[in-house]
Amino acid sequence: MTKDPIMLTRRSLIARAALGSAALAIPGIAFAAAPTDRRFVFVILRGAMDGLSVVMPVGDSHYRGLRGALADPAAAPSKLDTSFALHPALAGTAAMYAQGEALFVHAVASPYRERSHFDGQNVLETGGTGAYLLKDGWLNRALALLPDARDGVAIAPTVPMVLRGAAPVTSYAPSALPAASDDLLTRVAALYADDPLLHPLWSRAMDAREMAGSDGEKKVNPEALGRLAATFLSKPTGPRVAVIELQGWDTHAGQAGRLNTQLKQLDALLVALKTGLGPTWAKTVVLAATEFGRTAAVNGTGGTDHGTGGAAILAGGAVRGGRVVADWPGLAGSQLYEGRDLKPTLDMRALMAGVLAGQFGIDPGRMARVFPGAAGIKPVEGLVRA
Amino acid sequence: MSFNAAIALNRFGLGARPDEAVPADPRQWLRGQFERFDPKPAVLAGVPGSGAMAAEFRDYLIQSKLARMDGGVFRAASPPVMASSAMSPTAMAEPKEDNPALAGLPKELRQGIRKMYRDSYGALARARLAAALVTPAPFAERLVHFWANHFAVSADKLQTIGTAGTLEFEAIRPHVAGTFGDLLLAVETHPAMLLYLDQAQSIGPESFIGQRAALRRNPNAKKVGLNENLAREILELHTLGVDGGYAQGDVQELARGLTGWSVGGFVKAPIGREAPDGAFVFQDSWHQPGERVLLGQRYRSGGVEQGRAMLAALAVHPATARHLATKLARHFVADVPPPALVDRLARVHVETGGDLRALYRTLIDAPEAWATPQPKFKSPWDWTVSMLRGVGSRDVPDLNVINVLNELGQPIWRPGSPAGWDDSAAAWAAPDALLRRVEVARRVAAKVGDRADPRRLAPLLLPGVLGAGTTQAIARAGSPQDGLALLFVAPEFLRR
Repeated sequence: MTKDPIMLTRRSLIARAALGSAALAIPGIAFAAAPTDRRFVFVILRGAMDGLSVVMPVGDSHYRGLRGALADPAAAPSKLDTSFALHPALAGTAAMYAQGEALFVHAVASPYRERSHFDGQNVLETGGTGAYLLKDGWLNRALALLPDARDGVAIAPTVPMVLRGAAPVTSYAPSALPAASDDLLTRVAALYADDPLLHPLWSRAMDAREMAGSDGEKKVNPEALGRLAATFLSKPTGPRVAVIELQGWDTHAGQAGRLNTQLKQLDALLVALKTGLGPTWAKTVVLAATEFGRTAAVNGTGGTDHGTGGAAILAGGAVRGGRVVADWPGLAGSQLYEGRDLKPTLDMRALMAGVLAGQFGIDPGRMARVFPGAAGIKPVEGLVRA
Repeated sequence: MSFNAAIALNRFGLGARPDEAVPADPRQWLRGQFERFDPKPAVLAGVPGSGAMAAEFRDYLIQSKLARMDGGVFRAASPPVMASSAMSPTAMAEPKEDNPALAGLPKELRQGIRKMYRDSYGALARARLAAALVTPAPFAERLVHFWANHFAVSADKLQTIGTAGTLEFEAIRPHVAGTFGDLLLAVETHPAMLLYLDQAQSIGPESFIGQRAALRRNPNAKKVGLNENLAREILELHTLGVDGGYAQGDVQELARGLTGWSVGGFVKAPIGREAPDGAFVFQDSWHQPGERVLLGQRYRSGGVEQGRAMLAALAVHPATARHLATKLARHFVADVPPPALVDRLARVHVETGGDLRALYRTLIDAPEAWATPQPKFKSPWDWTVSMLRGVGSRDVPDLNVINVLNELGQPIWRPGSPAGWDDSAAAWAAPDALLRRVEVARRVAAKVGDRADPRRLAPLLLPGVLGAGTTQAIARAGSPQDGLALLFVAPEFLRR
């Protein structure tokens, strides 16, 4: 390879990241915290996962009446406690729950109270109080507060909103295309040297390529995404934060079969993360969340429509699991939000902030930078093992 | 040298071709396109139509025994959705082996279904690309793609894999230069949209059939009822926009007004009217009777005319005008559209009653459109089409374009949601996406070999915008193939 000045610049960037010189990258951050060895994975469930079918409130006397056949999945649900049962497709996650490595949060919602997927996902990902009020993602803002400056990684061809922002991030998804030669890549780097958009993107693409190694996985499926994320996160010098997206949760019709398939994929993803991370799993928290829940009652086409309160999943060796966290609002008609949806009793930002505080020691003062407009929201305590 | 030709060819059009002259008067070249545009060019002849595709889907439901007859409506017990389509860019647009919808079926039937959908989707997608390569009216052709994305039907359910493309060919192409009201009506009555957003099975609770189902009181009977999916997306995505000032009650009223809008071949007499496969059919006996109130306006009871009147009013509503103006300005001028241009476009929409040609003329005449050479980052589709046009392809090349678009993150007709693809640089300019473009460019260049000289090609494709750095990089490349690849991934070629 030629001694191209651009490539040297890129290498020096890697070296800087490895030294953890946060002061160079992010001025104004105190050095109080030691470099973290904790890992965080955010799984975005796009399309509004039906929390009431995933973490089933079997102890609520109104549940069966509202849900009809949806209350009876093909196999027996796993009992979580006296009030809740878990959808049978999440078998691997149920085993984590039994080992104290998974917990479920219910009746949770972002501050968004309308019913548009796209706006709801924007609120979920920006961490703001309304859609399009913030231009960057809460996880990107959190990344800037981590004690050592590491890129976040999106296991996707493009960077989702939750990771977009000022802090450097990269995206990587397995490619089945034949690779271009190193020489061509070097020439492309030179071509982008003066382009303010393309130059930083290209540098990160090259870093990610190096990190993934030559035998990047060829096939994309949720399990492979989990394995790939684990490959990145288990490297000592690698990223501490990863984002994965799963689409397809918008079950307006024929929900029973579709949700079963979706949940099997999510389960495979979580199991692949655990397996792939090995000993690092003990330091990991995975949060799987969706933009909003679905209607309490089944609709005319065997599905559910856009709702409000929903469920979230926390998994990982660092999770103080084996329990359901819910201030249950009840499913009686008068207890429903606008007479149709599960009423939220927990702000999603309290959950996210609770995880960030527990995993990365982000104190309340700095947390206000991650979630502006959430001053009155108290992070959920005790989610993560010390 | 002025960059106006580059703007006309690459931003308004689909990318310069080396075998076509650079337009001497770029604005005039754009204005004349609607006379040259052919809604049904030869390259689209022979591709499957929505009637055939709807019939195939219906037969699949019957054959696979997943079909249930209920009140005359065929419905899949477990609607067949591709197992990993949405999250897997490499997945072929066909049902997976582990798809629950295919479980338990004889192997031959499974293979037949997969092949049918793969072949149909592939034929439609290749026809789309072929039209984009040879069109005499690339600006009009880009508008077809724009509206297909505005009215996105994602080809990741069995009922849409074969029909998503037919929506573009049958509903959008004929109306691309008419009125927005005609375009809207054509789209909302097309079988692909009716099946995709569950409208074909929406039944008014107080309709004749709805009442009869309620009277049966059989707890095991399938529920029939209202589905508000299409109505919601019409308001949120197709017309007013999410901030367009409608409420949940408006969604429900529009949904009630649209009850009975269904697809021929999916209903049997005497419960409903029979109609040719895939044809729009209005089922009186499913229609919710009574007056409707949408956005404060009353719509008297009147069968299919009620829903039509609602759509006609939505098509020319000021909020719709603003929503469409914003999207058009974003697509043709900048990710953050100039407010003054959005105002002008919205005003023209209202004043002309949604005359699309008047909107397009406003865009062409807008000084904002000609102020900066390359404000937009090309989407993967834009980039791939412009690259193939750039090497002079007239036929769909010997290259699996469908897989290429999957790899680049923008599978054809498969945005994964009715919102369509995002139209901003932030959606497409990402580290891995860039690396993939380099890989694809290198593969295309390898196929072209030394038949093209990138040094000659570059100024033809990028008139007035080609920079010295790119010229030098191409000239110094190790091979013509590498030079061609560098041209296609150059900053000037990634933008329009």
